[in-house]
Amino acid sequence: MNKVENNKAWFLVLPVFLLVAFSAVVPLMTVVNYSVQDIFDASNRYFVGVEWFKEVLRDPRLHDSLIRQFIFSFCVLLIEVPLGICVALMMPKEGRWSALCLILLAIPLLIPWNVVGTIWQIFGRADIGLMGYSLNAIGIDYNYAGNSGDAWATVLLMDVWHWTSLIALLCYSGLRAIPDAYYQAARIDRASGWAIFRYIQLPKLQSVLLIGILLRFMDSFMIYTEPFVLTGGGPGNSTTFLSQTLTTMAIGQFDLGRAGAFSLIYFLIILLVSWLLYTAMTHVEKGE
Amino acid sequence: MSLTLDKITKVVDGELHINDVNLNFEPGSFNVLLGRTLAGKTTLMRLMAGLEKPTSGRVLMNGADMTGVPVRQRNVSMVYQQFINYPNLSVYDNIASPLRLAGDDKQTIDRKVRETAEILRIENFLTRMPLELSGGQQQRTAMARALVKDADLILFDEPLVNLDYKLREELRQEMRELFKVRNTIAVYATTEPNEALALGGTTTVLHEGRAIQYGETAEVYNFPDTVACAELFSEPPLNLTKGEISDSEVTLDQATHFPLNADLAGLGRGNYIFGVRPSHLALFPVNEDDLEISVRVELAEISGSETFLHVRNKHLSLVLHLTGIYQYEVDAQIKVYMPTHKIFVFDEDGKILKVPTRLPIVNQAGQVSGGVQHG
Repeated sequence: MNKVENNKAWFLVLPVFLLVAFSAVVPLMTVVNYSVQDIFDASNRYFVGVEWFKEVLRDPRLHDSLIRQFIFSFCVLLIEVPLGICVALMMPKEGRWSALCLILLAIPLLIPWNVVGTIWQIFGRADIGLMGYSLNAIGIDYNYAGNSGDAWATVLLMDVWHWTSLIALLCYSGLRAIPDAYYQAARIDRASGWAIFRYIQLPKLQSVLLIGILLRFMDSFMIYTEPFVLTGGGPGNSTTFLSQTLTTMAIGQFDLGRAGAFSLIYFLIILLVSWLLYTAMTHVEKGE
Repeated sequence: MSLTLDKITKVVDGELHINDVNLNFEPGSFNVLLGRTLAGKTTLMRLMAGLEKPTSGRVLMNGADMTGVPVRQRNVSMVYQQFINYPNLSVYDNIASPLRLAGDDKQTIDRKVRETAEILRIENFLTRMPLELSGGQQQRTAMARALVKDADLILFDEPLVNLDYKLREELRQEMRELFKVRNTIAVYATTEPNEALALGGTTTVLHEGRAIQYGETAEVYNFPDTVACAELFSEPPLNLTKGEISDSEVTLDQATHFPLNADLAGLGRGNYIFGVRPSHLALFPVNEDDLEISVRVELAEISGSETFLHVRNKHLSLVLHLTGIYQYEVDAQIKVYMPTHKIFVFDEDGKILKVPTRLPIVNQAGQVSGGVQHG
């Protein structure tokens, strides 16, 4: 058998190749380009190797916001995943009420980030906001602009309000996909409600939960708008997360080399954690 | 443990799903529920298990009224059409789960799990997860789970439908063996007449929510009470045609005539429905008085080493069930032969009047009994 080479095939993949080049490779390489040079103007630039990376990695600002970021994403997952599962389990299985629930759940997902930020910014104000005023009226000293704990709580609450629906909707669809025969079989086996959840519903939800957790992790790890609108990252630096630190560096200080290195590290962290989560969860699925 | 259904009726959203069913299953019996899709087989099983409550009527177990008792408080098990196992438990844990929930001790559980796994020949897969098994092995696991707890009542809801043909035959055979030694009531729902015949035991024919006939499987097959039952319990379905008996001859569909014979003479003049099994029709005359019918071929459907030959003429439409492969061109003109003494006769309302001469039963000593006429 002679292998026939047909180089025309390359022309067929060329459009995709160009598309990917312009959408992903070129912008990424620009960042890489910035991250290894010190640029003053077009003729005044020096190759600095991994200096920026070293400097960024030693930067306490990065350390602080990285730790904040991990705590934040961890809290988001810890609250939103169990809560989303609970909401999905409690939703009516069919009929008009289930349609109503689905619509109600979908509403927060349709609201833009900065609007969510604005809503809660006003909602939480002690002078005119319903929540802020009510909390202070019953004797709780709540002030997100002055107290970093309150700011944190508000940002978390905002995220939970905005995104728990996503987990709930994913789980709801996963639960609907379980054939009724499983529940019957469990009843015949005299399995308890907890056993049904633990051995039937949860394993069957594994794949949708994997997607949900990955999406929520990546998204919460990149949070920018909501804390920015609420307090601009304050009070102090208490709600300044990674993306805001990066923006300040790149645009506020126009420190492109440092910001480029920061971006790449940021990207690698998200990639690494997502991969870890994915691997861990697919291993659980196999029962290892 | 015997199971009695007493005047069971089930209405769902104003629709009658089960209509006045009276049945009695003996301990240690193997019972087939035969009916088309939506005939009410699954509903009836759910009622037997206690997964649903009948709208009216009673479910008795050993004479005790169990009608309102939920399934959790009964000792039943069920095998489904889908392969239902706990997805993240190993085969061993799956089989052990009903025993653990019942609170058996560790040694008993281990012994029973291994015994049952051996019977179902999955003892080598005990550490695997269900999804790592083939369909047949998954269904064996589900069956082991149903068998392991020594239930009083085991329900099989078309368990072999999703398996391939070879596995189906194999498991079907094993199931018969399995239940010969057990003192539980097995109820097996199927849509396939051939499966009912292969499984034996008793058969209940369900049609539109009614149990239209109940009895030993071979009896029900040989002596259907009604057109509906005869049609259901025949694959391919019984050939049916309207006809008329006059003083001297029988007319099928106003066109095909044959002289009245002694078998049919007793029925008297009038309009009847005649039926003949597809396997009784032949391409060559077997007896002298076989009726010759000219037809054209519509379709020769080949299944395994058998041929279902669909033929018709202006008035009659017939299906022949032939052993061997026959290839005919569409519209080929051929003659088929109908043995006139193997005809079923029903009245116009579909009630049986005459069944064909019964096949004799030959015993071990070679003596022939039976062969009597019925109806």
